[in-house]
Amino acid sequence: MAHPADMKTDPMVPVLAQITRKHMEIPGVVTFEVEAPGWTGFGPGQFNMLSLFGVGEIAISISGSCHDTDRIVHTIRDVGAVSHALTMLEEGDTMGLRGPFGAPWPVAGAKGRDVIVAAGGLGLAPVRPILYHLLANRGDYGKVTLLYGARRPEEILFEQELGQWRSQLDLDIEVTVDHAAPDWHGHVGVVTTLFPSADFDPDNTTAFLCGPEIMMRFAANALTDAGVGTRDIFLSMERNMQCGIGLCGHCQLGPHFVCKDGPVFDWATMRPLMSVKEL
Amino acid sequence: MAIDGLEKIVGGHALFAGLGDAFLSTVSGCAKNVRFAAGDYLFHEGDDAAALYLIREGHVGLEIAAAGHGRMTFQSAGPQSVVGLSWLVPPYRWTYDARAVKDVRAIALDATCLRRKCDADPALGYEVMKRFMPTIVERLHNTRLQMLDVYGTPS
Repeated sequence: MAHPADMKTDPMVPVLAQITRKHMEIPGVVTFEVEAPGWTGFGPGQFNMLSLFGVGEIAISISGSCHDTDRIVHTIRDVGAVSHALTMLEEGDTMGLRGPFGAPWPVAGAKGRDVIVAAGGLGLAPVRPILYHLLANRGDYGKVTLLYGARRPEEILFEQELGQWRSQLDLDIEVTVDHAAPDWHGHVGVVTTLFPSADFDPDNTTAFLCGPEIMMRFAANALTDAGVGTRDIFLSMERNMQCGIGLCGHCQLGPHFVCKDGPVFDWATMRPLMSVKEL
Repeated sequence: MAIDGLEKIVGGHALFAGLGDAFLSTVSGCAKNVRFAAGDYLFHEGDDAAALYLIREGHVGLEIAAAGHGRMTFQSAGPQSVVGLSWLVPPYRWTYDARAVKDVRAIALDATCLRRKCDADPALGYEVMKRFMPTIVERLHNTRLQMLDVYGTPS
């Protein structure tokens, strides 16, 4: 796993990363491929702090393959001032980049086990590195299932890639949307409705969840109801990450700094905290 | 090729799995096999809720139309699902359309027949109600999540 210090001796100082490719995924969501000096790679689930000088800085998870050490891939939704400005950038433009930060998904610990990846909305981006890793090391894992929920068919992320993965036949992929026009022939309903038909051994399954917090909560509960252990369910938390190294405290969640101790936590750790309304 | 009897088919559906033989026989007396080709409607909004459907194969879309939105699918039901809850409560009328998205094989249970048998035997009525309640509660929970529009752009 790469450490911030690999790229820069001072993890608070950004490097200038240049956009080599820009791709519009769906309206309001853009994927950038960037190159940054000194970049040595990342672990699935880690994030970078991306900045535009005079605008601000935000945490964005890395959505590319950890086996690709040359390019850094970020998928960004235009929802705020900084993300809006970032999505307006074009190929050849530069942005500030610090990272990678945070604890990665424990994919090595899932070897020999069935794997469920459940994502909602833009949450598919932070788990895509898991899928790349699983596909690159397919023989090391049992049944692999991706359960993905989106708001409507037009907002399904990485649709082409989902189709390619589905055609590989060694990965079960189920997609559902919250509502759809009648010409949609797929599932309609929340992502947890996909769990009963998923084929996995609850005693030998590791689950990775990413999406809106309430979706992860319901998904984690559905998995524990099915018999998956709370230490075998991992979720990626989103908080107001600023320094990225556990110093500033903006992302504190109970006793944890999400930027440094997370963003990936197990359900046993997160369950008591996610039921506290003030957190 | 052996043809399964209705009791075996009804008992093999998730809704009635584990139901005792006597009850299963009573319930199956209200059952018949039905098929719907893709595009056919199982029922329409406003119709009498004359039957409920235990889906065996295929895929059903539950649709509702709203001014300004057109027709919209708000839920889909696949194998081992139940389509139709309005038969349980007066005025026994469907509040949405149900359309076969793919060819559907199902068991249709005559609602009047099943209600009459449940009224006549409260133990059966309680058993049937216990089996429908999880579906009702699950759909309530799921609808709540859909209403939250969790994937929408935060305000």
